[in-house]
Formats: sequence, structure tokens, C-alpha cells
Amino acid sequence: MRNEWRTFNGGVWEREINVRDFIQKNYTPYDGNEEFLAGPTQNTKDLWDQVMELSRQEREAGGVLDMDTKIISTITSHGPGYLNKEKETIVGFQTDKPFKRSLQPYGGIRMAEKACADNGYQVDPQVSEFFTIHRKTHNAGVFDAYTPEMRACRSSHIITGLPDAYGRGRIIGDYRRIALYGVDRLIEDKEEQKATTRTIMYSDVIREREELSEQIRALKELKKLGEIYGYDISKPATDVKEAIQWTYFGYLAAVKEQNGAAMSLGRTSTFIDIYAERDLAEGRYTEEQIQEFVDHFIMKLRLVKFARTPEYNALFSGDPTWVTESIGGVGIDGRHMVTKMSFRYLHTLENLGTAPEPNLTVLWSTRLPMNFKRFCAKTSIMSSSIQYENDDLMRVTHGDDYAIACCVSSMRVGKEMQFFGARANLAKCLLYAINGGVDEISKKQVGPKYRPITSEYLDYDEVMDAYKDMMKWLARVYVNALNIIHFMHDKYCYERLQMALHDKKVTRWFATGIAGLSVVADSLSAIKYAKVKAIRDENGIAVDYEVEGDFPKYGNNDDRVDSIAAELVHTFMSYVKSNHTYRGGIPTTSILTITSNVVYGKNTGSTPDGRKGGEPFAPGANPMHHRDSHGAVASLASVAKLPFRDAQDGISNTFSIIPDALGKDNQVFMGDLDVEIAGFNADCCTGGACDGATLFEGLDRE
Amino acid sequence: MKGRIHSIESFGTVDGPGVRLVVFVKGCPMRCLYCHNPDTWTMDGAEEAEPEDIIRQFLSAEGFYRNGGITVSGGEPLLQMEFLTELFSLAKAHGIHTCIDTCGITFRPDDACYMKKLDALLELTDLILLDIKHIDPEEHEKLCGQPNRPILAFARYLSDRKLPVWIRHVVVPGITQNEHWLYETGRFIGTLNNVKALDVLPYHDMGKVKYEKLGMDYALKDTKPLSKAEAAAARKVILKGICASKLEQGKP
Repeated sequence: MRNEWRTFNGGVWEREINVRDFIQKNYTPYDGNEEFLAGPTQNTKDLWDQVMELSRQEREAGGVLDMDTKIISTITSHGPGYLNKEKETIVGFQTDKPFKRSLQPYGGIRMAEKACADNGYQVDPQVSEFFTIHRKTHNAGVFDAYTPEMRACRSSHIITGLPDAYGRGRIIGDYRRIALYGVDRLIEDKEEQKATTRTIMYSDVIREREELSEQIRALKELKKLGEIYGYDISKPATDVKEAIQWTYFGYLAAVKEQNGAAMSLGRTSTFIDIYAERDLAEGRYTEEQIQEFVDHFIMKLRLVKFARTPEYNALFSGDPTWVTESIGGVGIDGRHMVTKMSFRYLHTLENLGTAPEPNLTVLWSTRLPMNFKRFCAKTSIMSSSIQYENDDLMRVTHGDDYAIACCVSSMRVGKEMQFFGARANLAKCLLYAINGGVDEISKKQVGPKYRPITSEYLDYDEVMDAYKDMMKWLARVYVNALNIIHFMHDKYCYERLQMALHDKKVTRWFATGIAGLSVVADSLSAIKYAKVKAIRDENGIAVDYEVEGDFPKYGNNDDRVDSIAAELVHTFMSYVKSNHTYRGGIPTTSILTITSNVVYGKNTGSTPDGRKGGEPFAPGANPMHHRDSHGAVASLASVAKLPFRDAQDGISNTFSIIPDALGKDNQVFMGDLDVEIAGFNADCCTGGACDGATLFEGLDRE
Repeated sequence: MKGRIHSIESFGTVDGPGVRLVVFVKGCPMRCLYCHNPDTWTMDGAEEAEPEDIIRQFLSAEGFYRNGGITVSGGEPLLQMEFLTELFSLAKAHGIHTCIDTCGITFRPDDACYMKKLDALLELTDLILLDIKHIDPEEHEKLCGQPNRPILAFARYLSDRKLPVWIRHVVVPGITQNEHWLYETGRFIGTLNNVKALDVLPYHDMGKVKYEKLGMDYALKDTKPLSKAEAAAARKVILKGICASKLEQGKP
């Protein structure tokens, strides 16, 4: 066994690239509590103060502190950058200094130019010329191939947010491989893959060989990136500090080349913990030192920045990078995968203060250890910054080494990737069905000229019939637009480093998405259970609706309407599936417009549920605002009826609740009165402090 | 038998252990000045609900209620004992934890017919949330428009039956926020042997809006809401009373 691997339990992972096998053979589940954790070191505090000061300057400068306008970002394009070289234990920035945003034109030169211009910078004219005349971008390729129909759908916003002018993201490289194997071994593996491709040069074989060459080139550059910072990452990491640093170099190389809509990290904590356990056992590092490495690592992830336009930020409500890290979960052998490192990652929210990035996501299972559950709850209350996802649901299809990309997209790390696909506006599609393909806002014929609904009062069966036809059309245009997008992204903006950290055979999820689910469900319910009168303009286009009477509303655990919502997801998904998908992508869909629901609503006319034109949709799979009147459980139960099988890319439900609604304050209430009185008595008798409210156990155990 | 209800809350977290389905019934003989559900006093506009429908609603979201159950609150649930008995017998058939949030004002120990019905219901009840509004008979009448004798007798009866009880007590500035009355309340509670928890609630004025909507006068419009710290302090006084009472009886 290699020296770097001494003391590790061997296995298949020694002979093949197999991080999961390594983790399963070597990790130590931790059932204890958070008492072992260490606070921030002085260096950590100093560095974070520096970051806060730079953040302040960035805010005052209007959101961007510095931008590269000349150097095109590649893995090796920039010299080393530091906050304070003496104090940083984990190093590396996207450019030669923190807070300076890199120039990434391969997704689209116009987007890069606009991102600069909107922030008061100008891309070097030579760079602009080069990427306009001499080197095509992803964006240019897409628009060469789009059909007029696709363009019309795009500008009417029945399909929105398509990654045709920016990086698609959502691909997670298995950055852990670098730490476990070192880059040389990974290059060797890719060389072997290249040597064993099929030999008759069909176009897919040619593409595969070209991509493998690109991957090998990227890995060689990755080694150089290490050298720039004074590290030799050709060999495996020897301790926890190196394991974090090697992993981070992989991620850093990815964000130097890809300005993706979501650039997620993967599932690293339990992997890293194996090194930490060995270092603690061998006395190499103390808990304080290990926490410092973790704090510095997380600090770096918080400082990932991209050059983006105000429109982009408006669509996503902020400037998100979606550095999602998946924590915890349960293994398929039944052991939970919580380690001390799971605690350390979450503890950064206390050591560094709360922050939205990295998006720390706990893969929640009822079988996680109680101490960890408590720690999660405590940290959530303190920071409001932890995302939870249902591991019990996802483990069934994705096993125990998947991670979340963006907010909910699950994929096996290094084995599966996703073609991100924005979303189709199903509410607008319903209006198209009623108006025979005429857009209710622009009044243009966007969809096919199917027969419109002409009756004054809408008839459920007639509308459903027309709606299904229109959904079928929409699914076709939508999937084919995505086919073009992903073809061109692979061609002109290929994620070479991220794909170098994948197996040769990769499963590709072809992600689509739905917006406006609750609007449509309520609209169809109104048509079915109340009376909906269409108000038409002089040209017979329905532009508004009057609802007479009451109808069941999605979000109240009422099967009459919840079944409409579930059926809708299933139907649309079956239409999506009936189309050809690029590169054998397996269609999935998501219902997760967490932030862009406002924009979608703005571009959609009045709907038969009584929603007025321009009003926001509910986010994701949420019920419409104020329509869920039976409390939280009924609302959640409605959402829970949506079929996960048909929406495997994720269903989101945005939910906020005031703390008091979650139960009694322990200060005022709770407990086993007998225990309390006993404690109280003892105090009284000894003249103690008489604090009656001290012991709380029993009633609120879960 | 149909119940006459005001509404159903699917995510109740403050009316018994765990997450609970809370059924608010209509009708109440009490007229507590601080009542925040004045819209449940009369039977006007009551919705009718079948026990089967409520159980069905519970079961359709069962996963959420794993550590909870069903609570009937109000209004005064004990005005509809037959309905509750039917609801709870169905609940028990499904192994659901049952709880009644009551003040016990309807308690009539001398009425054999009433007691028969009550006993049948209590057989099916796992927990009572018992609201003691005021320990002093005269003050109680001023606060609630009813005597407290049946309430205290009901508490005693539950104690004799050893049916688990959580005592609730609202601390209102100028009314129950009073060292003496709090202590006496504690001394009474100390004589009961079935009390599992003591829930001291700070007075709040969130019900005010409802009064305005109903066009009713709100008697406590000048009373300030109580802070959590003050409620915690009041709770200590009650605990002190409980301790004193237990010591007197020689069973701490």
C-alpha cells in the first residue's frame, strides 16, 4: 500500500477509482455530541475580519469590488492570490486577489461584456473581437441552431431561464478523488480510458476521444495550479490539511473555468473526516488545528464570486453560487454517515458567523443519531442557514454517495451529471390552451394555432383536452431547445475539469422544470368546482377571468384538487419523456422555482384561479399565498402528494414559520413536573436560587 | 354524531404533546375577559363535522403526527360529549393519542346521566389540558362570568381518577398577576396527584382584532401584554405554592 494510505483499510478503491468504497471501508460514525468542537483561532478571526472589511468595501462600491477585463480565466491563468499568506492554512482564489471577479467568455461574450458594463467595467476590445469573430461561444452556437418557434417561446417567457447565454452548472466533479489518488493516478486512469474507446470513428466516439483529451489536459493544468500555490498535488494527500487543500484545488479549478448557475461541492465531510481521525490518532494535529483548516476552507467557499448581470441577479434574487455541500445521510448498510467532520462543517456557522454560502445541506434521515439532530436544530435556530433534504427518499434511487447540486438536484458523485434545464411555465401554457396558442400579453401567435375555447363559461373537460394538447406541444419545443443548448455547451463550453473527475461512463440526467404548478391546479379546480367566466377582448382573446363560487384550493390536503396537481406533474412528465433527449439523457423534472416565481408571474396574464395578470406565482410546489387555510400540516400534506417518481429532480416547498408557532418556550413551560418540583424543593431547602425552570426532559423529546 | 365546530388546525404545537390536529368546537358558557376566541362562544355559524372525516384528515397526514395526536379545544369541548366520545373511540381504534382542552365548567357530579357520559368519554381520553382561570371564587366570577366551584371539583375528580392533567393558567396584569393568588393556585394544584405539567401563559392581546371584527367591546383594551420573563416569575410563585402544599401533606 502507498505510504499516504498507511493505516487505511484496503479494498476495491486501491485498484480502481472508487471513493465511495474508500469511505465505506474507513469512516468512523460519530454518535457523540458537539462538546469536542473548537472555537475560531486568532488567525481565523483576523482573516474573517479582513473578509468583512472587503465585503463592506464591495457593498459600498455597488456590489462589485474588482473585475478582470483582459485575462481570460483558465485553471492556470492567474498567479497566486491571498488574504494573508501567513495566516491562511487553505489557499487559493479564482484570480490573483480576493473579491476580484474573473472573465469567463466561453458561455457567451455578450453576457460577459454586459456583466462588466453593468458594473462599470469594459471588457478589453481585443478579447471582445476574438470571441465575436475568431472563437465561437456557447451562446452563439445555440442561437445559430434555435428555430423561430423556440425564439418566440423564449421571448414570450412560456419557457424561461434557459441556460443558453450563461453556464449551465449543476455538474459536480468528484473533487475528493484528487486527495485520495493524486492527479497523476487520475491522468493514468483517463489515458487508459482513452486507449480503450471503440475504434470505429462514429461521431460519438470522436467526441469521446476529444473530450478525454481535454480532460487529461485539464488535469495537467490542475497540477500546475497546485504548483502556483507551492503544492505538489500529483501525489495523494498525506494528512487532513492536504486532503482539504487538494479537494479545494479541484473545486477552485472548476470555478475558474465555469461560471455555472450552480457550482456545487459534493459530499466531502465524511471523506475528509477519515484523514482527521488518522491525524488525531497519530497526534499530528489538534482539534483546534483541524477546525481551523475547516474554517479556512469554508471561508474560501464563501468567497467564490462570479461576474453577473443585474438581470441574472434579479432572476435568482441575489448573487448565488450554490456551493452546496451535502452532509450526513445514512449508508446502504444501515450505518449513519455522520462523523465529527459533519459537526465541524456546521460549526463554521458559529465560528465565522452565519452565511448563505456554502449551502450546507443536511441529508436528513429519521435514523441520524439524536445528538447530531439536536446539534442541527440548535445550529438552525442560531443561524437559519442549514438546508435539509430527505435522505430516506433519495437513498432509494441514488445510494449513499450522492450529493445535491444547486438546491435539490441529487446525483451520484462522479458517476452522474445533470443537464440543467430551467423551466416551462405551465400556467401560461393553460392560457395558450384557452386562447389557441395566442399569447395573452403580446397577442402574438406563439403556440400552434389550435382551436381556442370560445364558450363564456369554461368547461373542465374541454379545457383539459385543449390543455393536454398544448402541454404536449410545449414539452416538444422545450426539450428540443434544451437539446440544442446542451449540444452547444458541450461543444463550446465543456466542463473539462469537472468531467475529468467523473467515471468514463456517466449517467446524464436531462433536467426539465415546471413553474406555476399551484396556479394551474387551482385554475383547473376553479373550472371544475366553481364557475369561471372568461373575459375576452375585442379580438376574442381571453384576458381575464371571473370566478363565481368557491372551489377546493391546493394546499389544504383536499384530494379533489391535490389529485389535479399530482396528475399534472405526471402528465407533463410523460410528454417530456416522449421526446428524444441529447446524449441519452434520462428525463427528470423539478418543481423548484424558489426565487424566480416573481419574474414568471410578471410575464403571465390573469389566470382562471382568480390570480391577476403580473401577480407572482407561488415558489416551487408551494400553494398560492393565503390559500392554504388549514394550517401547516395540511399544506405540507398537499405538497407531499406530488409524485417524486415523476419529479426526481426535486420538489421544493418554501416554508417559514414564527418560532412561537413551533411550540412552547422552554423558559415558561415544559417538563416533568415531579422532577421539577423535586429540584425546586431541594433548592428551597438549601436556600438555593429557587430556579424552578431548570430541568426539561420528557415531553419534547423529538 | 356530528360535531359543531369552528375550525380545524392541522399543525397544533401548543395544545398537548407533539404535533397535533386541533379541533376547535363552537359554544362556551364562559365569558373570560381575555378570551382570544370570542368567535367560538355561540353556536352561530358552526360547521358540522363527522368524526369519521376528522379521523380521515388525521390519517391522511399521519406521518406528521407521529409523536402527537388529536386535541379538541374550543369553545368548551365538554358541551359536546357524545361527539367527543364517538371521535375518541374512533381515534383509540387507530391508536391515536387523545386530549381535551377544557376548563371543566360543565362538571355536574350530582347528575348521574351527565356523569355516565363523562366517564365514558374520560375512558377514551389520554390527557386533559385543564384551564384554571382564577383560584378565588369571587374574582373568578368577575373574570369569567361563572363560578369556579365546578372547575375545582372537576380537577379533584380527575385527580381521583388519576387521569393525567396539564394545568394551564393565564397570567393577566392586574387580575391574576398577584403573588397571593398565584401562591394559592399553587397550593390547590399541590393537592392534586395527577398533574404532569404546569403551563403558565403570559396574557397577550392578539384576540383584540377578533373583538373589533365582531363589533364587540374588548374589556382589557388597556391591559398590556405580559412578558415571558414575568410569566416565568409567576410560574415560580405557583411552584412555590405547590411545594408548600406537598410539604404539608408530607409527600414532596
